[in-house]
Amino acid sequence: MAKRLLDIENLEAGFNVYGGYLKVLNGVYFNMDEGEKVGLVGETGCGKTTTAKSVLKILPEPPSRTTGGRILFKGRDILTMRKNEIREIHAREISMIFQDPTAALNPVFTIGDQLMTAIKYSNLHDGMTRKEIREKAVQSLKEVRLPDAERILENYPIQLSGGMRQRICIAMALATRSTLLVADEPTTSLDVTIQDQVLRLLGTLIQQKGTSTILITHSLGLVREWTERVYVMYAGVMVETADTAELFKNPLHPYTKGLMAAVPKLTGEGIAAGIAGRIPEYLNPPSGCRFHPRCAAVMDVCRKEKPIYFNCGDNHKTACFLYRE
Amino acid sequence: MRIVKYILKRLLHSVLVLLGLSILIFIIARVVPGDPARMALGPRAPENVVEKFREDLHLNDPIYVQYYHWIKGAIRGDFGYSILTKRSVTTDIKDFFPATLELMLLTGIIMSVFGILLGIASARNANKWPDNVVRIFSYLGVCTPAYVFAILFLLIFGYLLNILPTIGRLSPWIDHPPTVTGLMTIDSMIAGDFRAFWDALKHLIMPSVALALGPMAQEARITRSSMADNLQRDFIALERTQAIPERKIMSKYLLRISVIPTVSVLGLDFASQLGWAFLVELIFNWPGLSRYGIHVILNKDLNGITAVIMVIGVMFLVVNIIVDIIVSLLDPRIRLGAERSV
Amino acid sequence: MSTSATALEQSLRSRTWERVKKGWYTFSKNPLSIVGAVIIVAVVFLAVFAPLVSPYPEHAGNFVDFDNASKPPSQAHLFGTDVFGRDILSRVFFGFRLSLIMGVTVISLTAPVGVTLGLIAGYKKGTWVETLIMRITDIFVAVPPLILALAVAAILTPNIFNSMMAVSLMWWPWYCRMVYGIASSLKNEFYIQSAEVTGASTFHILFKEILPNCYGPVFTKVSLDMGWVILLASALSFVGLGAQPPTPDLGTMVADGGKYMPDQWWIAVFPAIAIMFVVFGFNILGDGIRDMLEVEKT
Repeated sequence: MAKRLLDIENLEAGFNVYGGYLKVLNGVYFNMDEGEKVGLVGETGCGKTTTAKSVLKILPEPPSRTTGGRILFKGRDILTMRKNEIREIHAREISMIFQDPTAALNPVFTIGDQLMTAIKYSNLHDGMTRKEIREKAVQSLKEVRLPDAERILENYPIQLSGGMRQRICIAMALATRSTLLVADEPTTSLDVTIQDQVLRLLGTLIQQKGTSTILITHSLGLVREWTERVYVMYAGVMVETADTAELFKNPLHPYTKGLMAAVPKLTGEGIAAGIAGRIPEYLNPPSGCRFHPRCAAVMDVCRKEKPIYFNCGDNHKTACFLYRE
Repeated sequence: MRIVKYILKRLLHSVLVLLGLSILIFIIARVVPGDPARMALGPRAPENVVEKFREDLHLNDPIYVQYYHWIKGAIRGDFGYSILTKRSVTTDIKDFFPATLELMLLTGIIMSVFGILLGIASARNANKWPDNVVRIFSYLGVCTPAYVFAILFLLIFGYLLNILPTIGRLSPWIDHPPTVTGLMTIDSMIAGDFRAFWDALKHLIMPSVALALGPMAQEARITRSSMADNLQRDFIALERTQAIPERKIMSKYLLRISVIPTVSVLGLDFASQLGWAFLVELIFNWPGLSRYGIHVILNKDLNGITAVIMVIGVMFLVVNIIVDIIVSLLDPRIRLGAERSV
Repeated sequence: MSTSATALEQSLRSRTWERVKKGWYTFSKNPLSIVGAVIIVAVVFLAVFAPLVSPYPEHAGNFVDFDNASKPPSQAHLFGTDVFGRDILSRVFFGFRLSLIMGVTVISLTAPVGVTLGLIAGYKKGTWVETLIMRITDIFVAVPPLILALAVAAILTPNIFNSMMAVSLMWWPWYCRMVYGIASSLKNEFYIQSAEVTGASTFHILFKEILPNCYGPVFTKVSLDMGWVILLASALSFVGLGAQPPTPDLGTMVADGGKYMPDQWWIAVFPAIAIMFVVFGFNILGDGIRDMLEVEKT
């Protein structure tokens, strides 16, 4: 029986901006067990990164505010932890890969400096000498199949290509042998030709090390290939969750259905349909179900009440009044 | 050897610019109405003496001939004759330059070191009271001319509280330390004369701080906003997820990248203070190049004006090159020829 | 055909109005910018209506009253009187007038010239035109601005007009440099190239395509510059190269008052505070404008 690793309950968070308060996360639910590979899919701006950063407690406190909910990591609530406890978790348990490798690397320090510092402060490397840390750094660069690892240690991020930078970020995240890896759109900012390579690499490494992974992406194709379970997110709420195969076979939520239909198929049935409308403004989000303004099957209750998860089968839940028993 | 190539290129460019500057000043200076020779010798000098004076100074020749003579002399280090001090301008410059150098060195140190420190303190305590105090100070500091600070200091510390001396570099009852560098503080340290050192420092403090406060405020602001900006960046967040101690993140990873914009501005700020020094030296009767500069300007001493401007131009140039080298050392993106995006 | 053109125009106009509204909203949310705006409005008001709002408008000219000379601040004279018995408060109001006039004059002269030269130099990057303009600019910026202004002002007869000329002479290069940076970076943008290909005149490209991109930074700079120009001008008059007595100029007043420190401190201190006040206002205003434009960009 796999242990429950992460449990997000009713997370509410947002940002204070000039015009008011952006209520981004409106009751997010998420859970995963050890060893799982779970996908988090949704369009840009739906709150995926905010959720990820909340789990790692790296949302900048002003302007962001967490107004409700719990994030249980191995049973302990991250939101109530003190700074040193969080640091422990960071060192031993959770790592993150950021979306843009150029922004994730400090431009004025060498790769070697950043990589070796990351190794130095992670748990499994207490008491390593400088030489050992350096060897570990070289080894981790080789693991991500970067040629000429020794030279790369002396380089600055500006001297490397986007693909190389992301591999380095992967190396940094995996060198520390964490329990949980949060990969936030790891290949989105890369060249299409490289995306596949890097993804395969990531997949292989995760497999080897047995790391539990949350893969955040806007690509349904990726999710289908790489994950066992999926959460579909829209405007700060989880609208549906299921085992991957089940989700693709039997999408229930109108939004999920719309997403599936929007993917062009190779069987050439013409241009794929989109979903009418746009994601809501978080300053003044829609009442009730946040998807209701765009929903073809909208009912009265959708405008007034916020839907909760309704069970629709094995592991398959959806937050839609259509499926209220 | 990239750095050497870079310096050489800059030097060449600067020499050309200085040349152009000298032509510009020369033209402007010769536009002055009035008769410099008559002004120098006074209304009662006989006409033939004045005429001979004019001949000697080539004042009757066309302007390009005058410039040619000037350039010939300048290359040899001879900037001509000062009507004001009645001696060679070069001697004047040699006399007065060290005082200004000492003043500007201390000013530069104060404004960069304290400016950055204040900016850091401000960013660390963002939106709490130290930050607000520093921000108010920086707004006020930037809009107060250095001469106002100078007068205020003179009033408060010189007269009311009477704790700091108001004129010159050294009190009359202290002996001059033997001249090694021309910098009073260094020379007295070399001579082991701590009374003189302390006295020299007391004289230096007010004019330096008066000059340094404005740019200090500016550097603090820039550092603060740069740090505040960078704190939001992903690489800082990543470093946090890597459990790097917060103190190390702040003092190493955040600091280096955040001071880059500040250092870039240092050169310009220093330059504008070279200008304000003209007034501050006047107020404190500081025997420096800038006070000499004001005097030659007010007395329309053309050779003096030209020479002073050239020297200041060179000073500015050197400072700029140093600042640029430091920035390129700090920021590999510049060093390695990429576009800067900070 | 025409209806779609007017519909386009209308949507453009309403978009601009939206931007203005959003910009004003951002601006007004920042309390500091509001303070700056209020200060500037107050100063402009005092300057324009100086003859009407000053308690003793005739003190701004040739006036002596030695009975009342060097009196400390009182109810009759809020800022005290100077050595000639003139009311300092009134003279400060008239001083604002002078400062604003100088600022406006210098900037109206230098900004257009500097911006135009910068546009030309940036667009013609790589040609002798650019080299010429930028080398000349380099010469002017090789020396701290104040020094050049001092030198020029000293060489000419000291008066207000000449000091404005002196400041203008060394001020234009900064606009040129700034706009040059923007223009040269835009030079290879597609919309510029397509304008060239469709035969647009250089004038059109410079002023209708590139220039609008510069409005923001230039506008910010203008606001901040008002403060700097006033500071510089006050420095010139401090050494006697600006307005001549009895014209009330803030810098001259500080210089004159400096002689009487520390006993009659009010003669120098109030004009000094007035200078700081004005520059402070413009600085904050400029910052507010800059923030407003940055938010608009994001």
